[in-house]
Amino acid sequence: MNRTTFSTRDLLSEAVAGLASRPARTLLTVLGTVLGVAALVATVGIAQTAGNRIVGSFSELEATSVTVSNNTSFYGPATGLTPFPRDAESRLTRLNGVKSAGTMGPVDVDGALASTVTLDDPTGQNEFQMDVLAASPGLLDAVKGEIRMGRWFDIGHDERADDVVVLGPGAAERLGVYRVDQQPVVFLDDRPFVIIGVIQDVARQANLLNAIIMPEGTARAHYDYKSGDVMQIDVEIGAAQLIGKQAPIALNPDDPTVFRVRVPPAPDSLRNSVEGDVNSLFLILGGVSLLVGAIGIANVTLVSVLERVGEIGLRRAVGARRRHIAGQFLLESTAMGLVGGIIGATVGILVVVALAASRQWTPVLSMWIPFGAPILGGLTGLIAGVYPSLRAASLEPVDALRSGT
Amino acid sequence: MTTTDALDAASADGPVLSLDGIGRTYISGEVEVAALADVHLEVGRGEYVSIVGPSGSGKSTLLNILGLLDRPTSGSYLFEGLEVATLDENDRTAVRGRRIGFVFQAFHLLSHRTVVENVTMSMLYTGVPPKERVERARAALDAVGLGHRADFTPTRLSGGERQRVAIARAVVADPAVLLADEPTGNLDSRTSEAILSLFDELRAAGLTIVMITHDASVAARADRSVRIRDGRLTTVEAS
Repeated sequence: MNRTTFSTRDLLSEAVAGLASRPARTLLTVLGTVLGVAALVATVGIAQTAGNRIVGSFSELEATSVTVSNNTSFYGPATGLTPFPRDAESRLTRLNGVKSAGTMGPVDVDGALASTVTLDDPTGQNEFQMDVLAASPGLLDAVKGEIRMGRWFDIGHDERADDVVVLGPGAAERLGVYRVDQQPVVFLDDRPFVIIGVIQDVARQANLLNAIIMPEGTARAHYDYKSGDVMQIDVEIGAAQLIGKQAPIALNPDDPTVFRVRVPPAPDSLRNSVEGDVNSLFLILGGVSLLVGAIGIANVTLVSVLERVGEIGLRRAVGARRRHIAGQFLLESTAMGLVGGIIGATVGILVVVALAASRQWTPVLSMWIPFGAPILGGLTGLIAGVYPSLRAASLEPVDALRSGT
Repeated sequence: MTTTDALDAASADGPVLSLDGIGRTYISGEVEVAALADVHLEVGRGEYVSIVGPSGSGKSTLLNILGLLDRPTSGSYLFEGLEVATLDENDRTAVRGRRIGFVFQAFHLLSHRTVVENVTMSMLYTGVPPKERVERARAALDAVGLGHRADFTPTRLSGGERQRVAIARAVVADPAVLLADEPTGNLDSRTSEAILSLFDELRAAGLTIVMITHDASVAARADRSVRIRDGRLTTVEAS
């Protein structure tokens, strides 16, 4: 006698019919898995979205900026200052990953007032107390500055200690300098300096905007200028951490610790720490809800087995083998888990999107989540169904037919 | 396949069922209880046999053994010439599913499924294509006069109609024998008469029927009636 069979197609349609014949109970059973999977997906999604948000707030500008300061006191004037070497710029630009570098520092002009015209004008002020800064030729690129008119000084001006200055836009406004093609002059007390350019804007070191800027060589020649107090370095993306370590050594191999280095936080470690904080807490919550969902499925499947003892007996009488019975109940519980996983993933993604929309964030979700969540739900149902299915398969047909109706 | 060959050779004209010295003992604690002892019974092809006895006489145990739902503890049981007392569970399931139709006192219909789905159930595990299953189920329902109820659920049917659905389900797979366990036990006398007439029609069409009942008037409708008492077949009378 040929053994009885149960085709995959029949198995599927019987399982679907078994679930569809009790829709309310099926939906309530699925609810547990829906909540568990939704909690997991929402947790992971929110953590990823928030992590992305935090990283996104660190702009490229920030991520490529390294500053080295030789002023080791936090407040007040520089004391015990270790000067930057004169060739600091070329030492730094030799490092792989540095795009440009420059030093700058305040010049002590001993209270000298700045003016463009020596004029006794009772109606307006024409002499100003202004910040005077010295800078190395590479600084303009290092602060990502743009020139509005004229030019920035070069290494020649620096070495010759030429009496030239470049004005920040705020300083140019106050001094009434609107063009430089006539080589206007600014006086610091009685000393004249030729204005060779005016800055449009800088992305870093905003105190340049209101200052009179002269080459460091000029400052050394006239004002007893020792060294800049800060070095601005523009690095390649991703090189900030490395340059932050290398720069002090390149500048002062004897004792690199005299410098204070400021580097942007490493994006990966930051994101990971944020995700880690959010995840570990809520993943536990999600896992617990999923466990509750699994117990719910196991419980209802077991109740369903007990209720359907008569059906099991009948199926055995019309030729179902033990494995056919087990397969049907296992498929029913797996299908419930799978449906719960799909609905749960959908709900979880909607929660993430709604939250992101309300904060005007960009929702971020790993690709594997929409695919992995239903599989997780299905696995939950599969595991939950093992015991009830074995229970159903172990029933003797004669007992099943006697006790069930 | 030796089992199939043996079956084909024997099925031509030998008895459908042949029980020789069948016994069934239950162990209840330390005590052995013999529900059946030394039962001899032969049912020929196309015969209509009733087994009658009071409750507790062992007739349900006998039916379970005849239907391969239970296993005898002693003796030999040839089903269409094939020794089934010692077959493994999967082969017994195959014989049960392919060659035996069951009608139960409690109907055993699935209340959430339609009538036609209930009838197709008996062809679900025997490799009949789905489309053919539905066609045969509708034909069987027409034969028992319930073609117009095919898409109802059993909950909307009367007791007599439910039992007719169960009979359609039992015969649709073309079994060698129909085993009926108190088929009129839950029905009133007029409905019972309709069901018994249906059995008469099936008998006339050549189906082999074994029916268990405690009602002598129902038993008298069969060609032959076998009396069971205390696990033994005591009298055999021709009607």
